[in-house]
Amino acid sequence: MSAAAQENAVKTGRVYRVLIYLVLLLFALFYLLPLFVMLTNSVKPLDEITGGNMLALPQKWTIEPWFKAWSTAQIGVEPTGLRPYFINSLLMVVPAVAITTVLGALNGYVLTKWRFRGDTILFGLMLFSCFIPFQIVLIPMAAVLGKLGLAGSIPGLILVHVVYGVGFSTLYYRNYYAAFPTELVRAAMIDGAGFFRIFWRILLPVSGPITVVSVIWLFTNIWNDFLFGSSFGGTSQPVTVALNNLVQSSQGVKEYNVHFAAAIFAALPTLLVYIVAGRYFVRGLMAGSVKG
Amino acid sequence: MKLTKLMATAAIGAVLAGASSAEDVEVLHWWTSGGEAAALNVLKEDLAAQGIGWVDMPVAGGGGEAAMTTLRARVTAGDAPTAVQMLGFDIKDWAAEGVLGNLNEVAEVEGWDAVVPEALQFFSKYDGNWIAAPVNVHSTNWVWMNKSVLDATGLGEPTSWEEFIAVLDAMKANGVTPLAHGGQAWQDGTLFDAVVLGLGDDFYKSALIDLDPDALGGDKMVEAFERMAVLRSYVDDNFSGRDWNLASAMVINGEAGAQMMGDWAKGEFLRADQVPGEDFVCIRFPGTQGAVTFNSDQFVMFDVGENTTAQYAMAKAVMDPVFQSAFNVVKGSVPARTDVPNTDFDDCGKKGMADLADASANGRLFGSMAHGHSVPAAVKNAIYDVVTAHFNGEFDAQTAAEELVNAVESTL
Amino acid sequence: MTDQDLKSRLQNWIPKLVLSPSLALTLVFVYGFILFTVYLSFTNSRMLPNTDFVGFANYERLWGLRAWWVAIKNLAVFSSLYIVICIGIGLMLAIFLDQKIRGEGMLRPIYLYPMALSFIVTGTAWKWFLDPGIGLENTMHMWGWESFEFRWIKDRNYAIYTVVLAAVWQTSGFVMAMFLAGLRGIDNEILKAAQIDGASNWNLYRRIVIPLLRPAFLSAFVILSHLAVKSYDLVIALTGGGPGRATELPATFMYSYTFTRNQMGTGAASAVIMLMTIAAIMTPYLYSELKEKR
Repeated sequence: MSAAAQENAVKTGRVYRVLIYLVLLLFALFYLLPLFVMLTNSVKPLDEITGGNMLALPQKWTIEPWFKAWSTAQIGVEPTGLRPYFINSLLMVVPAVAITTVLGALNGYVLTKWRFRGDTILFGLMLFSCFIPFQIVLIPMAAVLGKLGLAGSIPGLILVHVVYGVGFSTLYYRNYYAAFPTELVRAAMIDGAGFFRIFWRILLPVSGPITVVSVIWLFTNIWNDFLFGSSFGGTSQPVTVALNNLVQSSQGVKEYNVHFAAAIFAALPTLLVYIVAGRYFVRGLMAGSVKG
Repeated sequence: MKLTKLMATAAIGAVLAGASSAEDVEVLHWWTSGGEAAALNVLKEDLAAQGIGWVDMPVAGGGGEAAMTTLRARVTAGDAPTAVQMLGFDIKDWAAEGVLGNLNEVAEVEGWDAVVPEALQFFSKYDGNWIAAPVNVHSTNWVWMNKSVLDATGLGEPTSWEEFIAVLDAMKANGVTPLAHGGQAWQDGTLFDAVVLGLGDDFYKSALIDLDPDALGGDKMVEAFERMAVLRSYVDDNFSGRDWNLASAMVINGEAGAQMMGDWAKGEFLRADQVPGEDFVCIRFPGTQGAVTFNSDQFVMFDVGENTTAQYAMAKAVMDPVFQSAFNVVKGSVPARTDVPNTDFDDCGKKGMADLADASANGRLFGSMAHGHSVPAAVKNAIYDVVTAHFNGEFDAQTAAEELVNAVESTL
Repeated sequence: MTDQDLKSRLQNWIPKLVLSPSLALTLVFVYGFILFTVYLSFTNSRMLPNTDFVGFANYERLWGLRAWWVAIKNLAVFSSLYIVICIGIGLMLAIFLDQKIRGEGMLRPIYLYPMALSFIVTGTAWKWFLDPGIGLENTMHMWGWESFEFRWIKDRNYAIYTVVLAAVWQTSGFVMAMFLAGLRGIDNEILKAAQIDGASNWNLYRRIVIPLLRPAFLSAFVILSHLAVKSYDLVIALTGGGPGRATELPATFMYSYTFTRNQMGTGAASAVIMLMTIAAIMTPYLYSELKEKR
């Protein structure tokens, strides 16, 4: 697939190519700019930031802010740094992504290969849930979590993220499986294979690319969530809430270098996911989700 | 396989975290910056010495707005924290919902009625019952000036609006930004408070506390907005959205002459190794000497059923004179009880404590509108809208006064 | 009943059983909550939900508020610019990247990574960069370009455009990926045939490639428009709704009325209007999407 994709019939002249490279590089600079600001200012001493040029490279390099952000910055009453919150985030994001992806894959499988009357309407209903503004569910969600006894806990947060993620994962898998030949599934049915057996043996082995897309999407959304984390996190708040506490502290000295270092820490997992899995991302999108 | 393991770990972690025993207090607050949090840690250790655990729930942002959203979710879930940091009318609003505890038992033993100023009790009590323990009193009608910039004008510390304008003009002539200000709604409101108070105690009270439409839309209010426009002319063009501490920094390094801000600004000066009286001066907003607009952080106690031991202990610890002194020295504010010795405070702090006692005794202690201590949040924000719109040049003074009446009415 | 019968009946039920948990969750947590919000919008709820019914009063009040009109106008400006620019940049970058570019493997993640970061993370950096006192303008002055001026974020007539800028930064790379995926999915034989017929590059793209990308356009439009309606953290991180209230959007309006102004009923009414807007965009899309799949 990738070999074919590299082959493009369009030919361009030399001048055009130079221009194209120029534009591409300019945009790369545009996208990198905030990251550059964050990185350079996270390794400067504070007085160089408040008194100087934010785009300048540090005159005196220091790694101190990074250590401080990770382990001694004042997040709450204790100077814990981001570390414990980072762990909370991991405990939340891994199960939430796993559950949502599994549910989405099974839903997609049912909606394309085991169709029944009214299934498209049900799918439409689920899809619409991707688009509701999260602020409006805050209060009723709090009431429901309270009733379930899950308020202020990691399982509660996992439930919330599964609920609002499953529409996306279902969409991805449904579109992907729709392109998969139904005849193969039929043949297996005639051979007497059951529902799960067909899924396990026939569809799962080809689900790699779309799983990457689904995982990337869910992972970044859930990891970056602040609203739910601060409202329902209770004593196990995720790292975004900690970062916000650090950055937004209202009355007191703002240690911008520590803020930037902390921001980069909080962004590391998602950055890593994009860099490692990014190359499969376009391929995954290609394989289904943007086809009509 | 891995998945189930992780789930199990998560579940166990949650159980451990959720299992705050009867001997714990869970505290929702937004004191997350270094000094404040360190000061709060004193309280935590006081409690630890009594065998009471502290479950920390910090949520910063928007001067407590984010924390209030969290609180709403927690209360709706039937899972309210033990104690919540809160300001002014928010306390009354929550009390009206009937979800707060009752501290009368502690208050009686400790004699709070005698040592907490009347104006504070208005917030700490609801229907005659103590519901909150006040931690501090911030006064908001301060002006912080760079001493050498002030000296360069050849004028003394201003004591009236006219003198203040003269000083600002002289600073402008010397090529310094006269007024360091950050264009955020609450900072605009802080200026507005001082300006209104400068036009008289009665005017402040009728306009911003009693919300009398005649005062809100009257000639005096037009004059107040005109004065706001005058102040605006001394602010640099780059003010919008600026954090207050960056404005303080402008005064500290002599880029600007003065900042109108609550006493938390002092912390910025002290941390920059500035000495009160030598490097910077703290004066009341000219024309408001003797009067104080305040806000007060309080720990509001939620209804926790029968297990009140830890909650009472915390309330008691908050009101302990030693803690009140230690905390407020760091925070820049003054103690919420009037019988705390002023020995550990710097000159500005001592002045603040004396001013508070005077103002309280003379009935000139008023809740700050900008900081939610004169009207409920809905009204406060409606006033913000008009003040900010005017300060950014959307209304002239006349229109602003008219809009102010409309805005306030629309919330009632 | 034979064993065989039972088994096949079970087989019939399994798919529905598998689907039901997700469906139940969606019904309760999405549609139940939407109904609850609609209900709230007809009550006099302030601090917490209550049952004091007031009819359409909240809606009347909402449309009488200047701030709500500002939010609506801002949304119109913001969303139209944001969608058009994102699609423009995304399409351009995708076409350029598709020209057998050396270093595509490097460039693609650079274009994509902003999508991975939340504005809680990048907000401060953006705010700094746009701030004339410490950001771009100041830097240009330090580099000797004294007359350089860039103070949009401080100007209430232009501040909304800085929100567009930051929003474009965040999502245009993602749109690029969607178009790139679309481009890579086009059969090269079609292009070759057209080239043999002597079509210029420009015509090739205009007449053949871009029409073939229709599904990608549609997906991009839907994703971008719903992101625009939901935009919240972006505004909070960049301008806090200011200067004044010049960058208020419906999402920030809804949040502040519901959670900081203790006027939950009015907040709920604005949420209902937002939901209706989203539904108006989504329903035709969903309808055509699901129809085609027959």
